Amino acid sequence: MKPIRSLMLVSSDPESTRRGAQEVHRRLHREIKALDLDDEVAVSMIGDVGRHDALPMVIVYPEAVIYGPVTPEDVHFLVEEHLHKGRIAAGLQASDRELSGRIAWLSARRGTLPAEQRIVLARVGLIDPENIEDYVMYDGYQALGKALTTMSPADVINEIGKSGLKGRGGAGFPTGMKWRFVSQANGYPKYVICNADESEPGTFKDRLILEGDPHSIIEAMSITGYAVGASQGYIYIRGEYALAQDRLHKAISQARQLGFLGENLFGSGFNFDIHVHIGAGAYICGEETALIESIEGKRGEPRSRPPYPTTHGLWGKPSVVNNVETIANVPSIIRNGAAWYRHFGTSNSPGTKVYTILGNVNVTGLIEVPMGITLREVIAIYGKGMKNSASLKLAQTGGSSGSIIPASLQDTPMDFDSYARTGVSLGSGALLICDEDTCVVDLAKVLLNFFRRESCGKCTPCRVGTQRAHQILTAISEGIGTQRDLDDLQMLSDRLTEFSHCGLGQTSAVPIRDIFRHFRAEVDAHVQLKVCPAGACPMSGQWVSIHWAGKSGLSPM
Amino acid sequence: MLTSIQSEQDVISIVESAVTRHGAKSESLVPILSEINQEFGYLPGEVLSEVSRVLNMPRSHLISVASFYHMLSTKPRGRHLIQFCESAPCHVMHGRQVWQILQDELGLEPGQTSADGKWTLVTSSCLGICGVGPVIIIDDDTYGNVTPERVPDILARYV
Ligand SMILES: Cc1cc2nc3c(=O)[nH]c(=O)nc-3n(C[C@H](O)[C@H](O)[C@H](O)COP(=O)(O)O)c2cc1C
Ligand code: FES
Repeated sequence: MKPIRSLMLVSSDPESTRRGAQEVHRRLHREIKALDLDDEVAVSMIGDVGRHDALPMVIVYPEAVIYGPVTPEDVHFLVEEHLHKGRIAAGLQASDRELSGRIAWLSARRGTLPAEQRIVLARVGLIDPENIEDYVMYDGYQALGKALTTMSPADVINEIGKSGLKGRGGAGFPTGMKWRFVSQANGYPKYVICNADESEPGTFKDRLILEGDPHSIIEAMSITGYAVGASQGYIYIRGEYALAQDRLHKAISQARQLGFLGENLFGSGFNFDIHVHIGAGAYICGEETALIESIEGKRGEPRSRPPYPTTHGLWGKPSVVNNVETIANVPSIIRNGAAWYRHFGTSNSPGTKVYTILGNVNVTGLIEVPMGITLREVIAIYGKGMKNSASLKLAQTGGSSGSIIPASLQDTPMDFDSYARTGVSLGSGALLICDEDTCVVDLAKVLLNFFRRESCGKCTPCRVGTQRAHQILTAISEGIGTQRDLDDLQMLSDRLTEFSHCGLGQTSAVPIRDIFRHFRAEVDAHVQLKVCPAGACPMSGQWVSIHWAGKSGLSPM
Repeated sequence: MLTSIQSEQDVISIVESAVTRHGAKSESLVPILSEINQEFGYLPGEVLSEVSRVLNMPRSHLISVASFYHMLSTKPRGRHLIQFCESAPCHVMHGRQVWQILQDELGLEPGQTSADGKWTLVTSSCLGICGVGPVIIIDDDTYGNVTPERVPDILARYV
């Protein structure tokens, strides 16, 4: 293949076509030929570029300049300026926003462009989160207006259902289905609850959405309320998130002033208002039934399910509980349609996912990329490679809902289904990247320490099991673990999964299961040879006392 | 700056203002307790009794709720509260060395308050600022990318 100098892409979604994209494409060819550049410049039609504000668009690589709207009459000038004179065709550039389409994503795979695809983070960092006008200027509250004035509640639920949106709070439950359950449930009033308790270690995506774009959550909750027939919303936000709380309070009062919250929104007769409930520090309150107990002014202990919150939620009434990132997708879906949303991600897990990248990589931080990207790509493209050129040993997907992923699985696409098939959980999207200096026993010990301190103590398997598992892992890391300890650990892991009352205890077994499954030899070395191959464990041969998390009042066993 | 109780009148007025702000409903209990905890650094017994009276809830219920949440304390704390994040992302970034030096500098075990009432040292689960681990929070100040060498400097900022 001969090398080309430039690549020009013309958008060809229905709207672009209606506005003459074919003719633009034809003329581009003609003009390029006229300049005798047809050996150096390739022109191609592409589908939807994911931006619909200035169609048809022409994107020129490798500079990644985005022009639009481009009419057939503009083509001569564009080619003359950009390709012949080698400068930006003045006045033709589309407004300065990120290209968020599939095409950006595809080109990144060729290593030419960063491939972030921002739907829920689209405005984060671009607008002033304390100014509602900024939000409105960037399409804000359009989706609410559209839903209230042109769609029935059932239409809204159908659209969300068709989009294939799944919960981003850990479990991946289809959002449209959850809304339908609530809309069909008997009982009134109904409630919309936004779960902003975000306490999975390594996760801070919800915080950045709330801090950077609080109005998107208010708009999304109002749409949810309309869809399920609720007029009251609660945002349960983690006590430590002071800035996010402040921004939410400001946003809510601005929205009330401009009539985006309150009574008779958009003249539709629909009323909706939101109350911010601030937590007081307890990981378990992120579990939806514990969260509801906590709003009601009680200890945040999970309820028995069923019945589910969709029928018996806050104050015993039907309630939708959705994660911040989940509902942050809602306004874009309503504005652009379910079909648009399905352009991103995979067919079974459409859309994007926000990940936090942490640990032994060169660049840590937050990204939003299509579902289905692989761990290898995340590390190479966004993490800018492993720190000190070390090699990847494993990644931990964060908190209670995650898994330990060995390096051998780094090419598995990260979406709900592919991961489920390999027995891995995507969790909340934290990716803790660990190099060869990480010891799996040490890591499991730290994870179990988290579970034992956050166990609410309501059920015995979890309260006692997490303490005991942590104790055994500590002994192993000190070089005094026995074969019997390993057997006990295996048994504890099974019992925790089987008998715990809620997800906390059940998933506390996952790190143990995963290190046995993927790193058995390394665990055995600690016990049989009394060595920590990674050199991370103390292996002092001594029993060390463990401090007992004071809160639950437990004593050592 | 933490408030200390001077008179019974203080107790009554602080409880009253928190209850007025949040409403005398059961769903306001945790927000009310949080506000009072912020004021005094913990939940003094006489304040709990007053809340129990005003909200008409048994004191045992208040204690049971207060003991559940990490941000509420029924024991007095030092003038400065140090929270050290011990979750995995901070740990992988060598949090353990930071923890060691914190303990050495202060001579405190987790959960303890120094004899002069200056410091309370506690460990915490993830504080949500993991991009810059290891993380410690002192009162309302957050410190990220903490190294063992920086710890003495950071502590010296507090009187
Ligand atoms: C122990 C535990 C902790 C959880 N923590 C959170 C959390 O911090 N944030 C969240 O959105 N969901 C959390 N969840 C999941 C919620 O129970 C619930 O499934 C979720 O909020 C539903 O929203 P979604 O369908 O939008 O994902 C947690 C679940 C468990 C078992
Ligand atoms: S893991 Fe330490 S702040 Fe999140």
